[in-house]
Amino acid sequence: MEFLVASAIGVMTAAGIYLVLRARTFPVVIGLSLLTYATNLFLFATGRLAINQPPVIAVNAVGYIDPLPQALVLTAIVISFGMTAVVVVMALRAYLETGNDHVDLPGDASPEASEDDWKQRGRRQQPPPARSGGGARA
Amino acid sequence: MNHALILPILLPAVVGAVLVIVARHDALLARALSLTSSVLMLGIAIMLLVMASDGSVRSYALGAWPAPFGIVLALDRLSALMLVLTAVLGLGVLVYAVCGWDQRGRHFHPLFQFELMGINGAFLTGDFFNLFVFFEILLIASYGLMVHGGGGLRVKAGVQYVVTNLIGSSVFLIAVGMIYNVTGTLNMADLARVVPQVPAADQALLQTGAVLLLMVFAVKAALVPLHFWLPGTYANAPGPVAALFAIMTKVGAYSIIRLYVLAFGADAGEAAWLAAPWLLPAGLVTLVLGMTGVLAARSLGQMASFAVIGSMGMLLATVAVFTAQATSAALYYLIHSTLGAGALFLIADLVAERRGGQRDRLVAAPKFAQGGLIAGLFFVAAIAITGMPPLSGFIGKLLVLDGVRESAHAAWFWALILSTSLIAIIGFSRAGSIVFWKTHAQPAAAAPTRRSDAPALFAVGGLLACLVLLTVFAGQVHGWLELAAAQLYAPAGYIDAVLGTAQGVR
Repeated sequence: MEFLVASAIGVMTAAGIYLVLRARTFPVVIGLSLLTYATNLFLFATGRLAINQPPVIAVNAVGYIDPLPQALVLTAIVISFGMTAVVVVMALRAYLETGNDHVDLPGDASPEASEDDWKQRGRRQQPPPARSGGGARA
Repeated sequence: MNHALILPILLPAVVGAVLVIVARHDALLARALSLTSSVLMLGIAIMLLVMASDGSVRSYALGAWPAPFGIVLALDRLSALMLVLTAVLGLGVLVYAVCGWDQRGRHFHPLFQFELMGINGAFLTGDFFNLFVFFEILLIASYGLMVHGGGGLRVKAGVQYVVTNLIGSSVFLIAVGMIYNVTGTLNMADLARVVPQVPAADQALLQTGAVLLLMVFAVKAALVPLHFWLPGTYANAPGPVAALFAIMTKVGAYSIIRLYVLAFGADAGEAAWLAAPWLLPAGLVTLVLGMTGVLAARSLGQMASFAVIGSMGMLLATVAVFTAQATSAALYYLIHSTLGAGALFLIADLVAERRGGQRDRLVAAPKFAQGGLIAGLFFVAAIAITGMPPLSGFIGKLLVLDGVRESAHAAWFWALILSTSLIAIIGFSRAGSIVFWKTHAQPAAAAPTRRSDAPALFAVGGLLACLVLLTVFAGQVHGWLELAAAQLYAPAGYIDAVLGTAQGVR
């Protein structure tokens, strides 16, 4: 079980970090979610892994599991859930106001962001033209 | 138990909620409530400061749960000082904001109160999971404040800011988990008691957790290489919000001072002074990078952001020496740089509001209303921030130079602080001459019709007046700060006060 939990945390963290480093907001949001899942699981595991043990006083209990990490995880889940909602709304607003969904600020430093900008290219209603290379893709 | 300790958290929380419910559609009521709350807050903070000045540490167990099990608040000299600083800056910024900024979006005042609640809570809490919660409160409020008034660029900079801080929060939780895993406690005083007894086999986990936690605080404090979020965020945030954010970097600095002196200090055995080898070089690099950024900045807002980064570098490098003398100098510099940076952001906003198309960019533009007065304010702020005599920046730098003399790295400090001061002076004089002097060479535009907003100028003047007071009473202030630093470096008092309550209540 330890191996399963540990590798789940590791894989989710790795995937989360990979996605957070992408150029567009959608993968970044998904990456953040994965990262918070991994964090929550990790936090849960800090109370040691054990099966069939009560966290609070119970009759006939042979042992107890640390209840505190479970309380911490609950707090962390609530906060990360709320924050994911906030970042989705802000990313959407940024997309609608600036015209592209790149994480970079528009400007000279990020030509890709201006290239994808539907406001600048005036193709709001049209599907984006097919691109040959993957250069501008997220 | 002394219930005054929880007032700095309770007051903004209640007023914030009332503002959301009652004053949503009434701008005047919202302003009145918000200002009243900030004035009261200042009163409470000063009362707590007077209370803490007797040298004892007070602790407040929430719900009377005994200390290592329940959440505690603790008040010592350092916390009280930070509370007063927050209240002063908060009041100044609020007076500035009610001149118009608060009406450019919705819910400015509730968010402002919640921001103050989070900051105050972070300064008072004695429990590091609770510290995480207060960090989140102040961050959530700051996300809202950051995008106040809207605009594509600002919202996009806001997304970057939120993403950076969400990653920071995840790392914070992982670090908390690691430390809890080894020590079995979340209470800072209890942690200080347990850390020396951690067996060698668990040291790796404990120290990894502690360094991860340092990384999180470094993100908040904008330490190189984790500073990259700050210029974009602060330069794109609304002026008064950027000014309030000047205290947020100090929350990171406060947490570093608190935790790494208390729990990973002299008595921590193998983990003693864990932060020093990381913090000192990073701080010095931050100082150089920040002050170079001042020279390279293309707008006043950006320049102020880099000045904040530079001052954080100097502050944290000085803290990293980890002696009481250096820390007292760092605390003096902390007060100075918070108020100075706040004033500078407000001045940048005053300029941006008056210049129209050029905003606060460093390009020549026609004259603008009250240019002379604002130029004077900028001049005072620039003298203070670059550390020229006669203002508090000079005294702060002098104290720092004196405080690090015993350190093995004193030569680095002296060389870098003095040379970066020169760079900053060049940067500020360049910016000042472009913005305020080159106006005469430009064709005069139509007379700006902006009404003069006396309270806004008064707010900036007030913050600068605090710097002057800090200069005039430098001796008394520094004497008090020496006592505060001495209290920090004698953690037994803090530990006894926090854990002792447990026995008292039972």
